[in-house]
Amino acid sequence: MTEHLCDLPAHEQVRRIKGGEISAVELLKSTLERVDAVEGRQARTESYTPNPTDLEKVHAFITVTRERAQAQAESIDQKIAAGEDPGPLAGVPLAVKDIFCVKDTPSTAGSKILENFISPYSATPVKHLEEAGAVVVGKVNLDEFTFGSSNESSAFLPPVGNPWDPTYVPGGSSGGSTAAVAAGEAAISLGTDTAGSIRQPAAFCGVVGMKPTYGRVSRYGLIAFASSLDCPGPVARNVTDTALMMNAIAGPDPRDATAANAPVPDYCKGLTEGVKGLRIGLSPDYFKLKYPDPETGELIEQPISPEIESAVLAAAQTFAEMGAEIIEEVPMPNTHHGIPVYFVISRVEAASNLHRYDGVKYGYRFPDEEENLRELYKKTRGRGFGIQPKLRILMGMYVSAEQYEKGHYERALRVRTLIRDDFERAFDPGGSYKLDCLLTATTPTTAFKLGAVYGDSVLMQYADLLTVPANHAGVPGLSIPAGFGENGLPIGIQFLGPDFSEATLLRAGRSYEMATEGEAWRALQPKVIGAL
Amino acid sequence: MSDYEAVIGLETHIQLNTNSKIFCGCKADSWADPPNTNICPVCTGLPGVLPVLNRSVVEKAVLLASAMRADSIQSRSYFARKNYFYPDLPKGYQISQYNEPLALGGFMDVPLPEGDQRRVTITKLHMEEDAGKTVLEAGRRLIDFNRCGVPLVEMVTGPDLRSADEAAQYLIRLRQLLRWLGISDADMERGHLRCDANVSIRIQGSDVLNPKTETKNVNSIENVRDAIQAEIKRQIREVKAGRTIEAWTLDWDEDSGTLRKMRVKETEADYRYFREPDLLPIELDETWRGEILSALPELPLERRARIAKQYDIPIYDAEILTEERSLADYFEKAVDVYDGEPKTVSNWLMNDVLRIIRSKGIKAGGLQLQPHHLVEIIRMVDEKKITTNTAKSVLDQVEETGNPPIEIVERENLAQVSDEGALRQVIVDVIAGNPDQVKTYRAGKESVIGWFVGQVMRETKGKANPQLVQELLGEMLTGD
Repeated sequence: MTEHLCDLPAHEQVRRIKGGEISAVELLKSTLERVDAVEGRQARTESYTPNPTDLEKVHAFITVTRERAQAQAESIDQKIAAGEDPGPLAGVPLAVKDIFCVKDTPSTAGSKILENFISPYSATPVKHLEEAGAVVVGKVNLDEFTFGSSNESSAFLPPVGNPWDPTYVPGGSSGGSTAAVAAGEAAISLGTDTAGSIRQPAAFCGVVGMKPTYGRVSRYGLIAFASSLDCPGPVARNVTDTALMMNAIAGPDPRDATAANAPVPDYCKGLTEGVKGLRIGLSPDYFKLKYPDPETGELIEQPISPEIESAVLAAAQTFAEMGAEIIEEVPMPNTHHGIPVYFVISRVEAASNLHRYDGVKYGYRFPDEEENLRELYKKTRGRGFGIQPKLRILMGMYVSAEQYEKGHYERALRVRTLIRDDFERAFDPGGSYKLDCLLTATTPTTAFKLGAVYGDSVLMQYADLLTVPANHAGVPGLSIPAGFGENGLPIGIQFLGPDFSEATLLRAGRSYEMATEGEAWRALQPKVIGAL
Repeated sequence: MSDYEAVIGLETHIQLNTNSKIFCGCKADSWADPPNTNICPVCTGLPGVLPVLNRSVVEKAVLLASAMRADSIQSRSYFARKNYFYPDLPKGYQISQYNEPLALGGFMDVPLPEGDQRRVTITKLHMEEDAGKTVLEAGRRLIDFNRCGVPLVEMVTGPDLRSADEAAQYLIRLRQLLRWLGISDADMERGHLRCDANVSIRIQGSDVLNPKTETKNVNSIENVRDAIQAEIKRQIREVKAGRTIEAWTLDWDEDSGTLRKMRVKETEADYRYFREPDLLPIELDETWRGEILSALPELPLERRARIAKQYDIPIYDAEILTEERSLADYFEKAVDVYDGEPKTVSNWLMNDVLRIIRSKGIKAGGLQLQPHHLVEIIRMVDEKKITTNTAKSVLDQVEETGNPPIEIVERENLAQVSDEGALRQVIVDVIAGNPDQVKTYRAGKESVIGWFVGQVMRETKGKANPQLVQELLGEMLTGD
């Protein structure tokens, strides 16, 4: 098997570039060759007719920024030639989820309504990554405005395929990010997580994804979905690269009032120190799904997929063998409220956040209605938005209307604090459990087939059941690969910790990587790469 | 006027005079700037941007709330989103405070010209951002985003005012207070202070509240008075004719002096308010509150009363001296270093110093002529070193040059001539040179003496002691 530079871990790419073994331009070339080999036809907003070869390709990118990337790579090489420090991510190919504004690039949010919007500024975390030396290869696909868990709701089609089997979804909404990273089209990606949108696709695509503590990474320049839940975060192929990204993006921002001022540790430090003495919890509430039947409203309880359950338990066993304390039966009784509460809160915020797309200032405008303002609004929004934004606007408008607001929105906010209480009890250093983190499955199942669940907006939502509580509570979560299911698709396990415990979660993740380094599944390659 | 009384409440929007806007670093005041020149991604609502609160907006709003004697200035308050569509509202929502505002309650006791006062209660005081401006031009809709994000305080009174004049008095006192606190330029013509008037009428002495109309677009205190006056008359006419008053929104056309119906007020729109998730709660802890309120000055009406009493000057004087804070400061500084009657200082200030202030269009605090200069000049008059006329010209020269009065007097040789010998010589010459006038005088027309005084003053360049001249002239003209 020949080595491709684009498949190397980011930290190895940096080492070779800094050591002068390879140049940033060479690395970019290798990466763009991979993009050309696996991408398939360009995703567009025009009406989409699937063809069979689409199901063999990744379609991760909305925009490949070749020239911009070339200039950045050359400047890294010049810095090295001049003996300057090119930064801790020197030359690393970065795919940015197209929900972030990147100066002078189309920043579409996966929507027709922003198809022609070229951002005049860069999001804070993107700026930080570029300052650290990362090279933006392009903007990757996502569910429209991040509204989805499969990437199928993007206005830009063909939809992203899972690199392990492109007839399956990559997950979402950061599916373009996780697919691109899994397929070697970028070493790292910047995603966003509002209900699991980094962790769920990371699990589906067999990569690492972290949702940091709310406020740990600035949201400035992230096109808002649900402002009180949105978290930018890293996607990478391994824990060390995730830590490297966290070093670049974490920290306060004078442009984001909700960004935390808490000190930022060096996330790479202590990564390999092991888990001896770490208190890791297992909760029965994360091994089952409790959700209302869409027809009857009756609460249904069903276990998560057995192969995923065994992966979590096997990981717990591994941690126990490394000296961690496993605490079982940790109650997280409000877990199942996560989705209904999310339905209300996220839609109220989304409906409001989508107000600005009105055809007046930027983006799509229905061409023939400049005279009549109401018609301009109606037709612009009617034709500019896809079905998901429309559903969310309707729902959001409904539950925040004066007569329903108390019964729905305010109530949801109260239930949200109950979910937070579950975590506080589990992590309380003076409480009964004193956990350093919880270990759970990231998703109830492995990836589903393209088209299998799409359109069932309620069922789709339950793909986020195990991830959304962390968003309500604001706590950090990390998903790492932990083997494969029977269908040959990746399984992810999740660590959830108290506020600002990212370093602990990364250390746990790295310990698991080291313990399982020799296992056969670690050597597997995504199908799209194997086919080359 | 009739059996009816008016019930008036005013809704004001006060533009705070911060340097930058409420949620971004753009310049706040765009008066006379070309459209869309003070804008950035944040205030034009580009995708992905976030608001960051300008703390001086809170500080100015706290000063106002405190000066309006709010029942409570909240230690924690919130911003909310008011959602609606309009082209000059770039985010599609206005960030405003809603049901958890900075301050609750409050009032102002407004003195009325007849000597009574009217307590005007405050029902709402909160911070918000301004929207942009839409201009309709040749069938096109043009938008200027300069005003987006300009900090405002919305302040609404209870239905406490009883006449158009009272409403005008309230606005005059509010404008005085805003400038006094240094939190707004409060210039209605420039939109720093905007006012909508809610007007209804009822039978004198009744306590019911009848349907009210809202008059918008009034941009001077005179216009507010005229518009309310016209609306009260219209409502009385309607009711007397047996018609009912409907809750209209009216537009004041200042050119024709008439009210125009803008729209029939529909049911209250649903703005789907919810807490702004992009901003943290405003935490006004004791330290910050203390810092802000340490800058709260004695308020104009209190100072007016104190000055009148403490310095034994008429309330009329005190009113003028407290029109503006630095003038009151000026007065008290001057009185402080003056040994004579405070009323003398007041007279000089009201007559001569105010003339300079008005003609230069500045505030007392901006004068070169310092309070101690003024006192020096008054003292020289008291000591008859210079004449009153000379004093006035010295005031102007000090203001112009900034030089001490004594220096000007000495250099320009302006000291009053009280030397009898020298004056007699001048008078001898004047008498000798004007035999006709001397005859007229001696023929009994003694009023000609004024003319002679004028001649002597001219000869002495106004420096002669006028009493002495008068005395000597009387003596020398009568003699032979």
